[in-house]
Amino acid sequence: MLISTSAVVAAGPSLNPLSDLRQLTAYPFMVSALEAGTIVAGMAAVIGWFMVLRRQTFAGHTLSVMSFPGAAGALLIGLSAAAGYFLFTAIAALIIGAAAGTQTRRRQHGQEAAITGAVQAFGLACGFLFLSLYQGVLGNYESLLFGSFLGITHGQVLALALVAAVALALLAIAGRPLLFASLDEGVAQVRGVPTRTLSLGFLLLLGLAVAETAQITGALLVFALLVAPPATAQVLTPRIGLSLALSVLIGVLVTWVGLALAYFYEYPVGFYITTVAFVAYVLARVARARGDNPSPFTSKRALPAQEGA
Amino acid sequence: MFAHEFFRNALLAGTFVALACGSVGYFVVVRAQVFAGDALSHVAFTGALAAAAAGIDARVGLFAATIAVALALGAIGGVRTRQPADDVTIGIVFAWVLGLGVLFLALFSSGSGAGDGLLGARALFGSIFGLSTADARLAAVIGVAIFAAILAIARPLLFASVDPGVAAVRGVPVTILGLVFLALVGATAAEATQAVGALLLLGLIAAPAGAAHRLTSDPYLALALSTGLAVLAMWLGLILSYAIPSLPPSTAIIATATACYLLAFLFSSRPRGGQRSARLHSAPDTVHRLAQN
Repeated sequence: MLISTSAVVAAGPSLNPLSDLRQLTAYPFMVSALEAGTIVAGMAAVIGWFMVLRRQTFAGHTLSVMSFPGAAGALLIGLSAAAGYFLFTAIAALIIGAAAGTQTRRRQHGQEAAITGAVQAFGLACGFLFLSLYQGVLGNYESLLFGSFLGITHGQVLALALVAAVALALLAIAGRPLLFASLDEGVAQVRGVPTRTLSLGFLLLLGLAVAETAQITGALLVFALLVAPPATAQVLTPRIGLSLALSVLIGVLVTWVGLALAYFYEYPVGFYITTVAFVAYVLARVARARGDNPSPFTSKRALPAQEGA
Repeated sequence: MFAHEFFRNALLAGTFVALACGSVGYFVVVRAQVFAGDALSHVAFTGALAAAAAGIDARVGLFAATIAVALALGAIGGVRTRQPADDVTIGIVFAWVLGLGVLFLALFSSGSGAGDGLLGARALFGSIFGLSTADARLAAVIGVAIFAAILAIARPLLFASVDPGVAAVRGVPVTILGLVFLALVGATAAEATQAVGALLLLGLIAAPAGAAHRLTSDPYLALALSTGLAVLAMWLGLILSYAIPSLPPSTAIIATATACYLLAFLFSSRPRGGQRSARLHSAPDTVHRLAQN
């Protein structure tokens, strides 16, 4: 989790962007980390954009921590970690989706959240069990929870790119009805949009994205990339296309800055990424509070009126 | 089993931790603030590690961090909308706080030698069998205090949760109650971290309460049931974990709590599904009754 290359690098940033960039890309491990970080941040920003719009932050967080038992379980029975990630997040997505489906929407919000919370705690408890069965005492729980940008291979980067491409393609196909269903579920339902299928499908897609991202950022920090860049973008502009693009841009920038900081200074990359993302969000909120345009996304109805979804 | 001191300590602390979790949890579910509870439980991790990095008692860090963040979350939302912070704000705040936790973990690890990984793991997953008698007694006292505070504000809080508008008109201080309640959730998270760990305590808050909320629409009965189920899950979990040495106590406790919820789900969804538990939110008679006494 630490990019502890201070022995190799020694020098801090020279504050000359060009030479800093050259220094950052001098080692293959760092190039892989930047590539993987870019792919993951871009995908998380797009899928997270819908997650924030649909107010499914809690479900997103639950799915993202599911990668911990996934990885620990895979470790225990000797499967590849990726298989464990995908399996556990998919199961959790199905349970949460099914639970959400049985409830009438607003009224049962507390109950739906209780199910999500129970699923999350139980999954984490399983992860803890797997890990303690595997090693007696906890060994390497940190990199599972908080990730590691180190030692990413070229093959892994290709696999990440492939999954990201599939996820984004699926989202592109379902994007329009999903947007409609997210903005006004009732009207969408009346117009024949299969909202329940879409909702379940989106949770599965979110699980896929999260399982993918968690391999790099760890189970606890995926969430920062999923929620902060989209929320910042949605604060900044009401226009759908622009907001999506901004979300990706912010996500990628946050990841780059976080990686660069972790490279030059000794503290963990997770700390830098979450902090940069948080600062960006606070700045966006302050900027909007100073201007007088009302928040476009706090009242969901404002959006279609301006954009004609 | 009871001959061992560590088990007696665990039972003492666990019972009162569960008492706090079950009672606070019921309101967390009724007020649909499970995500805030989730966030506060993760904040506990940062608090414990910050205290470790600063070299002070972990409990000071735990309670200071969770209560401070709880009040902040209440205040962020409370200023303009009179509602607690929305889930996106909560998500961003706690993602950052977790990032801070990683920083403290690194700071602490670079300061000391081998035992540090264990401390992080303890904060995350709890160590109820490792409590000393003094620890257990203090945990019991705090648990009782939280439980008593919840009982003291139960009636107005319930009113404010079921229908904040009517409650405000009737002179219930809705905003302050919300803040006090969030602070109590924070204290509960800090309290339960010692027993089941920052990552798992949400199960002890959400699962028994969710089960009780499903099984009955009478709020006071549900509150009692939620507390009872939490304590039951704690006891069963401790006994299970004692009987099966390879099963960590935290896992056993959360698994038992989840099993309670699963049973309640199966039991309540057969006759007429979700309508029974939905009644609480819409029930005019509940509001009426609360408004009358």
